[in-house]
Amino acid sequence: MRFTTILLVALRALRRNTMRSILTALGIIIGVGAVITMVSIGNGAKAQVEASVASLGTNVITVYPFNMNAGAGAGGMRAGMGGAPTLTPEDADAIAAEVADVDGVSPYIQERAQVLAGGLNWQTQVFGVSSDYPYIRSWPIAQGGMFGEQEVKTLGKVAVIGRTIAEQLFPNEDPLEKTVRIRNLPFRIVGVLAPKGFNPTSGQDQDDVILIPYTSHMKRVSRRQNINQILIQGSAPEKLDKIKADIEDLLTQRRRGREPDFTVRTQEEIAALRTEANRTMTLLLAAIAGVSLIVGGIGIMNIMLVSVTERTREIGIRLAIGAHGRDVLTQFLIEAILLSSLGGVLGVLLGIGASEFISWRNGWPVLVSTTSVIVAVSFSAAVGVFFGFYPARKAAQLDPIEALRYE
Amino acid sequence: MAPVVQIQDLHKIYDSGEIPVHAVRGVSLEIQRGEFVALMGASGSGKSTLMNMLGCLDRPTRGVYKLDGIDVSQLDRNELADLRNQKLGFVFQGFNLLARTTALENVELPMLYGRHRRASMSEIRERAMHCLDIVGLSKRSDHFPNQLSGGQQQRVAIARGLVNQPQVLLADEPTGNLDSKTSVEVMGVFQKLNEEGITIVMVTHELDIARFCKRNLILRDGVVVRDEAVKDRSIAEHEMNRIAQAEAAAKLTSAPAA
Repeated sequence: MRFTTILLVALRALRRNTMRSILTALGIIIGVGAVITMVSIGNGAKAQVEASVASLGTNVITVYPFNMNAGAGAGGMRAGMGGAPTLTPEDADAIAAEVADVDGVSPYIQERAQVLAGGLNWQTQVFGVSSDYPYIRSWPIAQGGMFGEQEVKTLGKVAVIGRTIAEQLFPNEDPLEKTVRIRNLPFRIVGVLAPKGFNPTSGQDQDDVILIPYTSHMKRVSRRQNINQILIQGSAPEKLDKIKADIEDLLTQRRRGREPDFTVRTQEEIAALRTEANRTMTLLLAAIAGVSLIVGGIGIMNIMLVSVTERTREIGIRLAIGAHGRDVLTQFLIEAILLSSLGGVLGVLLGIGASEFISWRNGWPVLVSTTSVIVAVSFSAAVGVFFGFYPARKAAQLDPIEALRYE
Repeated sequence: MAPVVQIQDLHKIYDSGEIPVHAVRGVSLEIQRGEFVALMGASGSGKSTLMNMLGCLDRPTRGVYKLDGIDVSQLDRNELADLRNQKLGFVFQGFNLLARTTALENVELPMLYGRHRRASMSEIRERAMHCLDIVGLSKRSDHFPNQLSGGQQQRVAIARGLVNQPQVLLADEPTGNLDSKTSVEVMGVFQKLNEEGITIVMVTHELDIARFCKRNLILRDGVVVRDEAVKDRSIAEHEMNRIAQAEAAAKLTSAPAA
């Protein structure tokens, strides 16, 4: 038979049982759809991590006030949080004074607070930082300037605001030198940060922020003794490991034999951790998708076996009028492959649709990769070959007389 | 001219059960081109087994069967399939048309295999249409079998049997599932084809159907017990007229009574 004829015959057979064909292919459709969707989301997330790590600034080292290396992550965190002031501004000062190749240090303390200006109010993040903060985060100031070291030392009531705050509290006016009240304390606005947009990982508006001196934050706003993080700007990428080791030594020394209650991470390590988490997730989802493809394949095998039994007479007729065993084998195999590949193609469309929907709904960037589409479609065709072969061979080996007599 | 079917001392023994069954016990016969043979016998007489061997669906245990000069006992499964495709046409008792497949597509079926497998779809379509025309069903080419009457389905099956221009048309109880009027109609198609030179061998157990053929072979216990030419042959056309008259008469007599 010509190949086009074989295809035609297979298509006719599938058309005869349209509903059943669709239901059979559904397993593959969902399997492939799942693969495409999760790979797209995974790729999108990977691109995001890269973007968000880059948005942190470059050559940044972060100190966290809990020990991620001791025991399970959550337990270590709780121990650190429960204890007395762990990470303090003095630690930051010590790092700035004693560790070599450090270009900038900023304590970082963060709290949500109600802010007011001219009758308008807004709930926002208030960051307590040093004057090095915009430099470390590679975050330029669009208008005005950053507060200086003097204001930090003197607990100055000065603020640098993000773009969103400027838009919300000072519509149609220049916010510079205006007053913003944070927990009812007046702060003078000395600068406006350049817009940074949404954080690609958390989806948070990064411009919805007010920077004030960490000293003012601790004494006047949050009244806390400890800080959330210390950010350190290293001078060059190749020096980061040395800087990290020096910081660890210094902080351990400062703890005077107490259990280390801090963790130092370079930006690369943070990125690697996030990528690792992402990869584990992707692998897990790929395994689920693989299982669903196998289940889909078994569904196809099942239906093909039913189909062979049901069409025993048809097979008998075909054999009687001159079909070779191979013709019958090809016919049923092509039917199975057609079922699974059609399922694959529909699954790809479903997957792309679902990815787009998720992207639109949650604002996650998704990346549909050509590789995943090709792999998914060829894998589903392979599923058809694998699970279609046994029923097809069973059909091809039928005895024409027996098959014709079959009721 | 050489006989189209040549059988010498043909035996078939089924070995599958506890006792071997000797279904055909030494049949010898020759069928010439243009013959119209009825193979008759009670059930268990071995006529179906003989038919399966004639149709190259089954191989004889012993003996020689030459179809159109080819000794079939030496052929493998695929060669037998090709032989069936090229030299034989099949008509079955239960029509055996593919369900949910149009009449035309059913007739095309034999051309999808064998030597025609390289033919283009339009050639195949054209030939199938021609054969449907021969059996008078070209107007029903796009109907499904369940939209056709029994007689029409059997005519589609005959068209399918003809489509590869076979040497012999084999019919296994072709009227077994049909009423008497439709049976005559189908026999009419066979007679017409036979007049055009097609060799037909059919199995039947109905005497009046066998009388439409030219030669009757009677089988009993696996051997041919009688082989004779049909005298006083039934002609389908005349029979149809007779039936039509009888029906008309029945209407005439029943009309006043109602």
